[in-house]
Amino acid sequence: MKPPRFEYHRPSSRDEVAALLAQHGDESKILAGGQSLVPMLNFRLAHPDHLVDINHLEGEASEPELGDRWVTFGPLVRHVAAERSLVVEEEVPLLFEALRFVAHPAIRTRGTIVGSIAHSDPAAEIPAVLTALGGEIVARSARGERTIHSDDCFVGPLINALKHDEWMEAVRFPRRAEGEGFAFEEFSRRSGDYALCGVAAAARPSGSGMNVTLAYLGVGVTPQTIEVSARPVSEYQHPSFFGELEGLVHAELRPYDDIHATGAYKRFLAVRLGVKAARRAVSMGEPA
Amino acid sequence: MTGDKMRISLTVNGETREVDVEPRWLLSDVLRHELGLTGTHVGCEHGVCGCCTVLIDGGPARSCLALAVSVDGAEITTVESLAAEDGQLHPLQESFQKHHGLQCGFCTPGFLMTAMPFWENAEDMSDDELRKEISGQLCRCTGYSGILASIHGAAAVARERERSDSSRRIAEQDVDQ
Amino acid sequence: MTTKMFGAPVQRNEDPRFLTGKGRYVDDFESGAYGAAFLRSDFGHAKILEIDVAAALALDGVYGVYTHADLEGVLSEPLPLLIPNPNLFAPRTQYALAKEEVCYVGEVVAMVVAKDRYIAEDAAGMIFVDYEPLPVASDLEGASQVGAPVAHSDMDDNVNGRVAEEKGDVDGAISAATHVFEWRFEIERAAAMPMETRGVVADYDTRTESLLMYDSTQAPTGVRGGLAQLFGLDPDNVHVVAPDVGGGFGMKVIQFYPEEVMVAWASRKLGHVVKWIEDRREDFVGSNHERGQVHHVKVGADDEGHILAMDVKFINDAGAYCSYGLIIPIVTAAQMQGPYKIKNFRYEFRNIFTNKVPTSPYRGAGRPQAVYVMERVMDRVAGELGIDRTEIRRRNFIGPDEFPYEVGVMWQDGGNVVYDSGDYEKGLDVLLEALDYPAFLADQKKAREEGRLLGLGIGCYVEGTGIGPYEGALIKILNDGSVTVAIAVGTQGQGHETVFAQIVSDELGVPVDRIKIVSGDTRRLGYGVGTFASRSAVVAGNAVLKAAQTVKRKAAEVASRSLEVSVEDLVFADGRVHVEGAPDVGVPLGQLAIISNPLRYAFGKDSEEAVLLAQRAYAGSDRPLPEGTSPGLEATEFFSPKAGVFAFGTHAAVVEIDRDTCNLKILRYVVHHDCGKVINPMIVDGQVQGGVAQGIGGAFYEKFEYDEEAQLTNATFMDFLIPYATEIPTLELHHTETPSPLNPLGIKGVGEAGTIPGAAVIANAVSDALGQPVDKMPLSPLILFEMMHPSLDG
Repeated sequence: MKPPRFEYHRPSSRDEVAALLAQHGDESKILAGGQSLVPMLNFRLAHPDHLVDINHLEGEASEPELGDRWVTFGPLVRHVAAERSLVVEEEVPLLFEALRFVAHPAIRTRGTIVGSIAHSDPAAEIPAVLTALGGEIVARSARGERTIHSDDCFVGPLINALKHDEWMEAVRFPRRAEGEGFAFEEFSRRSGDYALCGVAAAARPSGSGMNVTLAYLGVGVTPQTIEVSARPVSEYQHPSFFGELEGLVHAELRPYDDIHATGAYKRFLAVRLGVKAARRAVSMGEPA
Repeated sequence: MTGDKMRISLTVNGETREVDVEPRWLLSDVLRHELGLTGTHVGCEHGVCGCCTVLIDGGPARSCLALAVSVDGAEITTVESLAAEDGQLHPLQESFQKHHGLQCGFCTPGFLMTAMPFWENAEDMSDDELRKEISGQLCRCTGYSGILASIHGAAAVARERERSDSSRRIAEQDVDQ
Repeated sequence: MTTKMFGAPVQRNEDPRFLTGKGRYVDDFESGAYGAAFLRSDFGHAKILEIDVAAALALDGVYGVYTHADLEGVLSEPLPLLIPNPNLFAPRTQYALAKEEVCYVGEVVAMVVAKDRYIAEDAAGMIFVDYEPLPVASDLEGASQVGAPVAHSDMDDNVNGRVAEEKGDVDGAISAATHVFEWRFEIERAAAMPMETRGVVADYDTRTESLLMYDSTQAPTGVRGGLAQLFGLDPDNVHVVAPDVGGGFGMKVIQFYPEEVMVAWASRKLGHVVKWIEDRREDFVGSNHERGQVHHVKVGADDEGHILAMDVKFINDAGAYCSYGLIIPIVTAAQMQGPYKIKNFRYEFRNIFTNKVPTSPYRGAGRPQAVYVMERVMDRVAGELGIDRTEIRRRNFIGPDEFPYEVGVMWQDGGNVVYDSGDYEKGLDVLLEALDYPAFLADQKKAREEGRLLGLGIGCYVEGTGIGPYEGALIKILNDGSVTVAIAVGTQGQGHETVFAQIVSDELGVPVDRIKIVSGDTRRLGYGVGTFASRSAVVAGNAVLKAAQTVKRKAAEVASRSLEVSVEDLVFADGRVHVEGAPDVGVPLGQLAIISNPLRYAFGKDSEEAVLLAQRAYAGSDRPLPEGTSPGLEATEFFSPKAGVFAFGTHAAVVEIDRDTCNLKILRYVVHHDCGKVINPMIVDGQVQGGVAQGIGGAFYEKFEYDEEAQLTNATFMDFLIPYATEIPTLELHHTETPSPLNPLGIKGVGEAGTIPGAAVIANAVSDALGQPVDKMPLSPLILFEMMHPSLDG
């Protein structure tokens, strides 16, 4: 289990990265934290001709940046920096909570937030968080820069909206707004494993009640969302909410079978985790 | 530069080491076979077992998931650095011996390196917290209870050692007077 | 040295080495070796039409690419059948490299040797093999049916062997029984998965025609003997060292895995050191598995729950080859009656080839299946008859006054199973008291009222340990007074360097940390069998005791001459031999070692004194070395047990199943265990705790997912789930000590005990929690979901 040969590139600036991708595009892979890419290299499931190692970019922030609307993660912000960041804890509490479920400490030392989004694993936590919050990614190429909303980012399993000559240079999560509440729930076989099913919940004030976006992981080829329409907070606690979400889950999720769970079992989990997450998110928020 | 070597510089256990590596070489292989630091073990090469865990710039990380070229310039800490030069075990190591935290010893360096950043606070952690902190490290021999006791008890070993050191110093002073 | 070391929780001698990164595992040797890689079959069953190695051979840095066509003589024949058995109809062992047919995914087809492993993997990927797929025998039960696809194309069916035995009159007893039940119990494959994979480093010196091999094996002496024969060499020119081994659990006992012979052969061919370190993906499909069995059981019982008769038919999954013969199903059959008195018992098993990884013992070796069947039977009969689960066991236990107890079936060594000693009811009492059984029943009642799914599983077992044929020990007292002990069995973490030192320490009066155990190195001791079947402590331990006693006699004779006192008046303590009642009149052991070897070569003051003493010692003799003595203080002794010795225990798990996730949480895991006299309780506890973790892993987490083409679809640690610390509870451990009368130390083996009842305990606990039978293992949240919500399935 050793990586295949590749040509190694070590750009020192974002422009260089874009230039390398313009040249090598679909024969290349970006190496950031490497926690997903290197296993694939070791298994020889990935064999890029060119490896663009962005770990030596100069002047990159190692901490997330707080802006007016967004908390922005540059390409070298590691999971561990995010999970220890007060900015993340206060401004993107959903991400903060979800990070506890991302693999293990020794993986989070190297893994990056942007890398988790760029890898676009439908069973991963951070893409679901981005989806629940309506974040965006910044795609960069020699042609310029464009912003992609989370709803348009994830296209399929390990497939995203980036073009061959583009790379993800940043990810932005919206800052928590007044009255919003969040919760993250998942069920995995072992601590730190990919979840059989998980859900990121964002509750937002709406009229005199709250609505909830549930972004599920592990139940489709991309993060799958269910919108729970606005209603008084007390209704979430009512037993009928369980039945309603069960209906929504059955109507909207078509989870695939895998070795750990059938589609039926995933739907079963999706209902229960969803109810739990929605109730917790709502109770953390405050209607207007 | 396919197959060609690159010179990189790593600070390994406090010492700067220049080494020529192929870009595809894993840090685990470079530590073991180029630098002779065979205390870092390789158990799965896909990041799950944790045997190869070392500190990269102070944080525990899988050396099998790092290309050596990519960590050029980094500080790497391996199990070989823990004991004192005179062979005295680090309190964490001594605690592993005391609490039977190892059997075959293969996973042990990975557990030690994983616990290095937090062992001094481990006795204040709940059992669940401590288990969570070392989840990501597989051991096939011990069933973990010895490992948990070892990490939990390391601070006490350090304190005990300090006490006996200071009482020895006092005794020596008494003799001097 | 007044404190007895035997029985004390002595800290381990080997730990400082492991803790400081100075352990030496096979991959830590010979960093300049060539790297080997193997191309393995992608097919469960196929004919090899053509292999083209040209592209691989042309790659820069490749030194050799080999296929079966390159093999000659014995090496071109199938590898040896390690344990033949007259009941094997059609034994098949694999070739060192596949010849015309591949019979499982993972079977080695070609070998590459290159400058390093990276290049070897590149080249292996460039070998072209043209396969013609053949029908696949993938499922054990399916493969056992008439007309099933055959795993080997030269066979008419997949039956490799059949054994049957009967004691008493089973048919008569069943027809007379008030209650007769029939059940099916299935258990799937499992595997050892040590953290260190297998590996071989071979250094063949073509000038001296000698081979030195480092091998992560549990049986270096056997590997050495076989390689000597294979290469036509004097065994003294072949040495095999099992250095520090990172776990084995039975999987590394097989000789020969193809790689073990191929790496040595390639080293000879290339005249260079060659190294092969199995990677984890290879380990999943290239190292043996175990466990897969399906049992059909017919039980006759009376109203009180006495088991009057049991009739068991089962099939055992051999995998594609059977180098280990029929050992696993033989052990299942021999151990199924466990601690119970069953007057009429009959079994019949068939060993079935499938196109999957071959099987051989993995910690427990057939016993987990046996205990799972028997303990499910106990719970099910209890349930059917409305008898408490603990009461039914009590009623069927063999009594403490019934030993030695003839079980009435054949044991794996060919003799009869005879339990040497035990007190099963006492063990159960110890467990139930620790558990507080009445309190559990009350908790469970309350939990059920609250809608919570709480369950208790109990599993009793008897474990045959310490089988022969023999082990040996070579002890030397060195000039500095330290002691070395060479044993042929290797160590994989069991603490040999400590427990054997404890035995020696008590005999010779030398501190444990002054006693160095060298294990698994044929250069030090060539005769031995291996570390498996919970036998090292019993067999090697008693050999160590004998050798220590012999060397002690020798030392006493030398001391007696030097001190001019009789042997009976000497005491061994604190590294010295002194006259009883006069501690000041004595000689350090190191000096005795010098005296015993009358040469003038030693350094230091001790030597000067020793020479003076030697003059006194030899004053009364006519020559420097008295007639009938040999130089040096050393002794080699062997211990060959008359029969196996039988440890026992009872485990209990209290579990809760989460209604929202269908996950299983083990709230308590309580163990009673008895392995006779305990050498080191810390190490015994560690063995049990570690064994239980494997039992739990096998019962709920680790599951091989083979598809219909016999492809293993989860050959990674991401999908094959070995539990982390977050999944394994800390045990509550309780011991009794019922000594074995069959060996001087009174000990029994402990290596496998923890694992054996795992499947039984978890199955019974889940069954209790859900109120449904659990007759197929392992379980998973998915399976629990399907049991709890059958209508939601699909």
